[in-house]
Amino acid sequence: MSGILIRGASLVGGDRADIRIADGSIVAVGSASAESGDHVIDADGLVALPGLVDLHTHLREPGGEASETVLTGTRAAAAGGFTAVFAMANTTPVADTAGVVEQVEALGRQHGYATVRPIGAVTVGLAGQQLAELGAMASSRAQVRVFSDDGHCVADPLMMRRALEYVAAFDGVVAQHAQEPRLTEGAQMNEGPLSGELGLTGWPAAAEESIIARDVLLAEHTHSRLHVCHVSTAGSVDVVRWAKARGIQVTAEVTPHHLLLTDETARDYDARFKVNPPLRRAEDVAALRAAVADGTIDIVATDHAPHPDESKECAWSEAAFGMVGLESALSVVQHALVDTGMLDWASVARVLSTTPAHIGRLAGYDRPLSVGAPAHLTLVDPAASRTWSPGELRGRSRNTPYTGLTLPGRVVATVHGGVPTVLDGALVDAETVAAAAGTGR
Amino acid sequence: MRHLLSTKDLARDDAVRILDVAEEMAATADREVKKLPALRGKTIVNLFFEDSTRTRLSFESAAKRLSADVITFSAKGSSVSKGESLKDTAQTLVAMGADAIVVRHHASGAAHRLAHAGWIDAAIINAGDGTHEHPTQALLDAFTLRRRLHGEDARGRALDGARVVIVGDILHSRVARSNVWLLATLGAEVHLVAPRTLQPAGIEAWPATVHELLDDALATGPDAVMMLRIQRERMHDAFFPTEREYARIWGLTAERFAALPADTIVMHPGPMNRGLEIASVAADSTRSTVLDQVTNGVSIRMAVLYLLVSGTDGGRA
Repeated sequence: MSGILIRGASLVGGDRADIRIADGSIVAVGSASAESGDHVIDADGLVALPGLVDLHTHLREPGGEASETVLTGTRAAAAGGFTAVFAMANTTPVADTAGVVEQVEALGRQHGYATVRPIGAVTVGLAGQQLAELGAMASSRAQVRVFSDDGHCVADPLMMRRALEYVAAFDGVVAQHAQEPRLTEGAQMNEGPLSGELGLTGWPAAAEESIIARDVLLAEHTHSRLHVCHVSTAGSVDVVRWAKARGIQVTAEVTPHHLLLTDETARDYDARFKVNPPLRRAEDVAALRAAVADGTIDIVATDHAPHPDESKECAWSEAAFGMVGLESALSVVQHALVDTGMLDWASVARVLSTTPAHIGRLAGYDRPLSVGAPAHLTLVDPAASRTWSPGELRGRSRNTPYTGLTLPGRVVATVHGGVPTVLDGALVDAETVAAAAGTGR
Repeated sequence: MRHLLSTKDLARDDAVRILDVAEEMAATADREVKKLPALRGKTIVNLFFEDSTRTRLSFESAAKRLSADVITFSAKGSSVSKGESLKDTAQTLVAMGADAIVVRHHASGAAHRLAHAGWIDAAIINAGDGTHEHPTQALLDAFTLRRRLHGEDARGRALDGARVVIVGDILHSRVARSNVWLLATLGAEVHLVAPRTLQPAGIEAWPATVHELLDDALATGPDAVMMLRIQRERMHDAFFPTEREYARIWGLTAERFAALPADTIVMHPGPMNRGLEIASVAADSTRSTVLDQVTNGVSIRMAVLYLLVSGTDGGRA
């Protein structure tokens, strides 16, 4: 049976080994030889990582196909080394029923570039008024385990308490977009000296920190599992650290852009830098990096948020919030955390694959790069360097904030369930991937 | 100088030059024929996304006195309200031959974006952007103050040592921001007064002394007191409890006006809320510069248009 032989990759940055893949699984690690018909990849100088898992992606389909689709978004994911993405619920219609989540999951399976695990809305229409049918979504073919009103905060404390309690029945987790709505009415950027000078309504750190503080106390009280989306401030890190020290079941994520960029980017009113939560101070960036390094923040998730050009080429306060991030995530993490000596590659595998899969209850990622495990992996050339531009993007939208920056690293190959989705640094074409995925290879 | 977007990045020499050219422009207003041929053949577009009759008329009047062709584009009821973007609107106007665009927009940074996004190539004059800046207002305020302080000797001078108190809704005021930067650049001593709810984040780093109570600021013996318009809706967002309480603590009441030094002038960018931030006795006194400010606004805008547009030699081919 023909497969793939990867020769001489550094396993999560450690020892060099060959990896042989056949029938969708890893069949040999160590010293392996090619069998007849094997596709051989020379991985000299490359780091093998488990397939990356993004717990926070906006695929926009259904309803937002002008910005992204399941196909284009999972192509962007594969190009960035991801083999699984959790698709946020703020589509049109909202993913608040079994029907919508099953449709999104099926599209992912059909295209084959990455496993798509839909996230279910906590409340009907993300409106915060009535619980969505969380159980129906959990027991659907999509097997939803993560629930979020992302884009909106579950602001009503009673609704949040009930959601935390209710999802425990299906081993679910509520992923909270922590933003106190009254404190952030009309908010445009981080509240600080620059918002005062630019005349843009401020988004105070306390609006995030107060919700996280409330929610960890609710999680403690209800013995439930809480996940905090896109933590952006040093104060939030302190609250999460305190909660973990008390034994509260809380996990936290940070985005690549919050690990690299600051609110100073708003100075030119270029809305490519407009994102929610907003880019914060340099002190916050430093605290977030340290929190990933010491484990207070469990994972890095992209909050990949595609928008068409016209939603960004306008006045700041009229522009959409969000930036794409799937293609650039690993390079930004390498730049901010690996090349600074704060994180080794094994920890990168933890924060970008093993732990997000565990939080989302996604099977197949608990024994990375070992014999018998599903063949989800990516090969990275850490010595590569790119001047970033929209030309690096593979999704449908172009709203990257990194244009002009020199970023390290490059994804050379991605394998999803034994199917190559990226080879020689280029996406494998859609027909080939879909056909291979369809045959179960 | 290619654009006038803010006073934050306006050099002292450039600011004084604008004030001096405005003096020349003001002198022409006394002539029998008020019109100058300076911008003949140039096209100035007034692009107003936000209603502002007085600023629009002031710019129109200034452009016409310089013999420019003026197109006024009001966003209300136009293609803009049908979803056309700022970028498309601006590109359309430039395609029609605009040499300069005077833009008023409800969004902070709109003028900056037009100037720097690479969408268009025309001089941009910020006529007020959101809660960011309103540079020609600050220039006309400085011009008014300089005339009151230095009279006929005003040319070539700045505002060194002048003490100016600015009172009111600093948080939402583009006039306050532009005035703080410009007054400081021109050497004035600036005092800002507002309850903490109406002070912007980071105000402590501004080149000004910040007071919470008006009486503390007035005790410094200012040369000028500038009252900002307070929007009545603000009290619904809990910035202050009632109009009565605001007027009592931060209003220029008749009592406070009477207690001011005899030569302190009273400024207001208009339109005024009489009885709220300013008592009628203050607004109507000879020490009020409210109408001078309107007159001087035309001179300042003539100066700005002249300096930005006449330099674009020959116009567009």
